[in-house]
Amino acid sequence: MFKIIADTIVYNWLSLSSASHWTEALHFFIYDSLKISFLVVFVISLMGIINLYFPVDKVRQFLENKKLYGLEHLLASLLGAVTPFCSCSSIPLFIGFLKGGIPLGVTLSFLITSPLVNEIAIVLFLGIFGLKITLIYAISGILIGTVVGFFLSKLGLEEHLEDWVKEQLKEKIAQAALNDNRNFKERIPEIKAEAIDTFVKIIPYVLGGVAIGGIIHGFVPTGYFEQYMGKENIFAVPISTVLAIPMYSNASGIIPIIQSLVAKGIPIGTAMAFMMAVVGLSLPEALLLKKVMKIKLIVIYFSSVGISIILLGYFFNFIL
Amino acid sequence: MIIKVLGSGCKSCLKLEENTNKAIHELSIKAEILKVTDFADIAKFNVLKTPALVIDERVVSFGKINEVEDIKNFLKQ
Repeated sequence: MFKIIADTIVYNWLSLSSASHWTEALHFFIYDSLKISFLVVFVISLMGIINLYFPVDKVRQFLENKKLYGLEHLLASLLGAVTPFCSCSSIPLFIGFLKGGIPLGVTLSFLITSPLVNEIAIVLFLGIFGLKITLIYAISGILIGTVVGFFLSKLGLEEHLEDWVKEQLKEKIAQAALNDNRNFKERIPEIKAEAIDTFVKIIPYVLGGVAIGGIIHGFVPTGYFEQYMGKENIFAVPISTVLAIPMYSNASGIIPIIQSLVAKGIPIGTAMAFMMAVVGLSLPEALLLKKVMKIKLIVIYFSSVGISIILLGYFFNFIL
Repeated sequence: MIIKVLGSGCKSCLKLEENTNKAIHELSIKAEILKVTDFADIAKFNVLKTPALVIDERVVSFGKINEVEDIKNFLKQ
């Protein structure tokens, strides 16, 4: 449908020739912007609905009471995937989990997946790479959270929490649970406001990214990047991962650019590692975590997530 | 009456503070709004999500931006 609209605008209304680089770039820009805008509104609303009904309190209680032999990490990771990520909420949640008696490793599983599999990344992936790659991305993110959290739980890292956090943890008490008794109709304004807010926030970056992507798409020859960052370059994955760390604030703009790079010869595993690192290893997040964790724990946390992302990148380059 | 808005200073906390201000003005009651931005202080209220609204040391809402009307209802109670 979006292709038809883009075709109509570019070829019929503007009557541009399909042979020009600029036409190709413009067509790409119109097509991608339309598709992504639609998906942003749709998925953010859907996530808003899921979020309002998702029983965070119940899951937390479930995690508190059960010994699940490792499965609790998977559950925490899934919880991280469905809760909308907001960096300003991650610290209170982190402390809330620990105070409720959930072990640090399980809490970390949550904390790792929460930014990695977030609604905006999912929207852009769906819009740009399609369902298959999106599913692979989401499942990989959840697995990284599960496995890294499990691994970290074996290291006994509790002593590396900041002192005030340890102080807080001495009093383990039930969290205030507030019931939200509003029905679906009463919740619509809130969902709508949320969707509009997110849309306005990310759309300039998305359009910027799509514009740059469109130019790459129109002008760079297919396979151009293969010579520099092809599968045989073993440094490509770690370098992409490290390069991604400072890019957090522009995640919504970067994903559309990556698509064009993939089309021009960057392997999907390398691209995937780059994107996971953009959202999963963010400097603002590290600065926030500094308030609850000592440096050593932050370094361990970030390097284990980073290493998993790099391994995953190699793996996808190998199989896809 | 002392109203506390808990949150590290992100956009949603500012919005909640703004709505709270409006609610106070519309009801024309005397109340003081305090912003609590320190995580250690926020943690004392045992809220899982910010922003949160605390009226006279009681948590009335967390994890969402309340509308002016909602806040008025909290204040009337």
